[in-house]
Amino acid sequence: MMNCRQITRLLSDSLEHKLSLKEKIVTRMHIVFCAGCRNFGRQMLILREITRMYVKGKGVDAGKHQE
Amino acid sequence: MDKLFPSADLADPVFLGDLRAKMLAYAKLQLPDMDLAEDAVQEALAGALKNAGSFGRRSAYKTWVFSILKNKIADIHRNRMRTQAHESNITELSEEEDVINSLFDERGFWREDERPSGWSRQQEALQNEQFWKVFETCLDGLPGNQSHIFMMREFFEHESKEICTNMGITVNNLHIQLYRSRMRLRECLENRWFTEGDHR
Repeated sequence: MMNCRQITRLLSDSLEHKLSLKEKIVTRMHIVFCAGCRNFGRQMLILREITRMYVKGKGVDAGKHQE
Repeated sequence: MDKLFPSADLADPVFLGDLRAKMLAYAKLQLPDMDLAEDAVQEALAGALKNAGSFGRRSAYKTWVFSILKNKIADIHRNRMRTQAHESNITELSEEEDVINSLFDERGFWREDERPSGWSRQQEALQNEQFWKVFETCLDGLPGNQSHIFMMREFFEHESKEICTNMGITVNNLHIQLYRSRMRLRECLENRWFTEGDHR
């Protein structure tokens, strides 16, 4: 069985490339039982979204945000 | 110039002058040689222009320019070291390993107090100016190379290959750096924002 450390690495890698079928199954099985890694996986997606919003200046009024 | 700086008006000479002065002050602290510091700042500013069109927020642009500068300074230091020591590899950051190891128990499972929580009221956070300040602090907290790699990947959605060539690293190394950045950022946001209670 894979531990959380290995699963978090896979969850991060899944943002870079498609996981293999085996990796996908292992990850899914793990997050059914592990709330920490489930949250981690969601947060990886949120983090990507937040970072892109940060650059583009969305979320808050970018014009007012001067410094 | 207008096209280059679409919404945040990054072409404002006052803004650019101020930015340049801050960068120079920083570079001078890190580099013994004044000319070297000037060059590093100039190169960083020129390098950042390429991607200026991506920015809608001045502070984000500033974060990016500084990450280029820090990376250049790290390169200069590395080149100097190389004349003395032969190898220097950015994967050899055992300190980084320790940071991640401390989140897990000896079997590699989350330690109870480090386990990621569900981030609540996340949409609300995005509307909050204070949240973006926290995010910026967390980004600034990433180590030099790591932050630069993370930004290339997530700010501009650069392809892995491009980043690897640019930084002279392997794909595996890239994925390790991204993993470490994400671990750090995630933890920082969770500690400084999402479990901090009410922010208004």
